[in-house]
Amino acid sequence: VEVIVKNQEGFVVVRVTQRLDASTTPEFEKRCVEIISADTPRMVLDFSNLEYISSAGLRSILATAKKLQALGGGLSLCGLSGLVEEVISVSGFDRVLPVYAGVDDAVRPHS
Amino acid sequence: MRSAHIPEAVTRSFPARVEEVTTIVAYLAGRAAELGVPDMRVMQLELAVEEAVMNICSYAYPAEAPGELLVRTWAGPDCFTVEIEDTGDPFDPLARADPDLPDDLDARVVGGLGIMLIRRLVDDVRYRREGGRNVFTMVVRIEE
Repeated sequence: VEVIVKNQEGFVVVRVTQRLDASTTPEFEKRCVEIISADTPRMVLDFSNLEYISSAGLRSILATAKKLQALGGGLSLCGLSGLVEEVISVSGFDRVLPVYAGVDDAVRPHS
Repeated sequence: MRSAHIPEAVTRSFPARVEEVTTIVAYLAGRAAELGVPDMRVMQLELAVEEAVMNICSYAYPAEAPGELLVRTWAGPDCFTVEIEDTGDPFDPLARADPDLPDDLDARVVGGLGIMLIRRLVDDVRYRREGGRNVFTMVVRIEE
């Protein structure tokens, strides 16, 4: 897994590539814990180059979303396709987290 | 005389340890691709196998005495089957109902999604207890 972090329009945009599985998720989760701050509690996970996600990845996303919400911010997802889109949909994560087509949509002001 | 219609199963043994999950999933993906499973279905199988194997490696054996896990694969004319066996305590992962999936983030519980994903991503899933072994079977249809 590769995790690339940047700030955009007041959001922390985290680009996650390749696989979020049982062996790579601990690294991703560690990075998320480092990144999360009360100053910018709004995060976007860009999955446009993520190929694979398992329940280990889902657990980590949910834990991150809960932390951000507790800080008064939130988590959104973008760039879902293929298996990743299917897994997010089957697990109903698209009903608890906002999902956007791409990063630009995710960081645009929403009413 | 051997019938051409009886698919030949291949069985491989792995240590049932969490550190082996990546190796087991990669092995399975290789077998599935080799036996003609289309790419998207291979990914769904990888996920189903990761979930099943993680359960076994985490719960089937005591931490101080990890056991063995067998992966058996074969393909018929229109489906690919993977069976995963362990000799841990009897455990039917399918006995439990799927978790509730409330729309409210606060009400969501972290975890418990693995078996549900398996049920949704493969075409058939079965459990049996046979001769002191847990046998977990997953089948996908092979079609483009």
